[in-house]
Amino acid sequence: MKYRIAFVAMLALVMQPASAQNKPATAKKGAKPPAAAPAEQKDAATLEFEKFRTQMEQEGNPAELFEVKGEEFWKTKRGPKNVSLAESCDLGLGIGVVKGAYVQMPRYFADAGKVMDAERRIVWCMVEKQGFKFDDLAKKPFASGEYTPEQTSLVTYVAGQSKDMKIAIPLKDPHVKDVYEIGKEIVAYRAGPYDFSCNTCHGADGKRIRMQNLPNITTAKGSLTAVLGWPGYRMTGGVMLTPQWRMGDCFRQQRFPQPKYASDTITALLTYMTANANGQMYKGLGIKR
Amino acid sequence: MADPMKIRAQLKGDVAEIRVLMGHAMETGQRKDAAGKTIPPHFIQSMTVEVGGKKVVDGQVGTSVSRNPVFGFKVKGAKAGDKVVVSWVDNKGDKRTDEVAVA
Amino acid sequence: MLSALIAAGVLKPTAAYAAEWNKAAFEAHDTAGALKGIGAGAPADSKDLILKVPDIAENGAVVPVDVISNIPNTTSISILVEKNPSPLSASFDFANGALPEVSARLKMGQTSLVKAVAKADGKFYTAQKEVKVTVGGCGG
Repeated sequence: MKYRIAFVAMLALVMQPASAQNKPATAKKGAKPPAAAPAEQKDAATLEFEKFRTQMEQEGNPAELFEVKGEEFWKTKRGPKNVSLAESCDLGLGIGVVKGAYVQMPRYFADAGKVMDAERRIVWCMVEKQGFKFDDLAKKPFASGEYTPEQTSLVTYVAGQSKDMKIAIPLKDPHVKDVYEIGKEIVAYRAGPYDFSCNTCHGADGKRIRMQNLPNITTAKGSLTAVLGWPGYRMTGGVMLTPQWRMGDCFRQQRFPQPKYASDTITALLTYMTANANGQMYKGLGIKR
Repeated sequence: MADPMKIRAQLKGDVAEIRVLMGHAMETGQRKDAAGKTIPPHFIQSMTVEVGGKKVVDGQVGTSVSRNPVFGFKVKGAKAGDKVVVSWVDNKGDKRTDEVAVA
Repeated sequence: MLSALIAAGVLKPTAAYAAEWNKAAFEAHDTAGALKGIGAGAPADSKDLILKVPDIAENGAVVPVDVISNIPNTTSISILVEKNPSPLSASFDFANGALPEVSARLKMGQTSLVKAVAKADGKFYTAQKEVKVTVGGCGG
């Protein structure tokens, strides 16, 4: 039960303004972070993985199949209100503007009174503009087997429209900055049966889980590595997955209860991570292991 | 109905580089579902590529081709604007044909 | 419905589908049977048949394979994964200007030799390479 209590405490933390937050819990006994290897020293297997992954991304990424579907969803009149997102949804650059919108999210949306990441904003538009029910969209929000949620294809399409553009999260906006600071607190917050925080694995260079190198999301380079590749086509299971999924799965691996779909917690994490990659190039849809 | 393919055909000199992405489960017939029941095989068996009305590739495919298959071919003598037509048919008789012009 | 699909260009009555699926070759459970199925009894090793595969695959579900034949008059290329339950993965015939090369992505159940087989002037040639398949970590 301890981790549940800790998590509730953390959620409470998230709800408060950053300035009112307590310091993260101090380290408990028995926590064993993964063994560190020297930074930048990549073994042959890692180099081979990267080489072939890049080759596959360039020569044909099955993510493109979902991009095509997402474009159709974006442009088609749908939902109980029979409106298209193209004629109703503002991703921050004006109604219907998709080009470059992804690399500027999370951002603050005055109409919703919230900072939102791309997927959360798309879901918000589907609910507010098209009349879909949030609970229906949140029931099975991520792909598995033959099933791919519509919002996953939509995020894929929107992300693809920012390929080769610079990441520019508007950190000057105080709303965004606040959420960034909350995200920073969350990644440092240790809890759960293993007393892990995000930073246990992702807060220093040279860490890995088995064959997988883990990016250090506190650095510009590492956070870019983490941002690139999502949304991505995951070879395991052959499914298209979004940054929202990735964040939730990190919580699962920390042995935390998973945060709610399209919640403040996930937006805060994505704001922190993506803004740390500000100024660098987003290379488009990824292929992941 | 099967999802559309995504086809790219780019001319480099007088060679058209053709990339085809297909949306297909490519189920092997060896996997089991959560209830322990074998998932029946469902996979593309044959595919063809035509350029400018002529069949250039005649392919046969087994269950070990990856889910959502990606294939690459090169065709010499193609011209910009030539129509590239790709078709596949799977073991259940589902089929799909898509086309694109060489760019 | 069918006529509507044809009208929409989704189904084309003129589309040329491949010859009947080579069941015997694709369902053979060993390499020898698969080779026999495609008519290639004992193919000769050839340095002119180039097989590009990763030394180690990140995920056995998607292993990129490129085959290029520099053997004159190559008309077909097949790809096999020796230790898969059915080794033959795919087989391509080339005509009308298609260069004898293909790239594809394959499933591999375990570390295995991957084999390319090319047919040229009625003779069969082969090249092979081992791909290590790891059971990856979690996440990604």
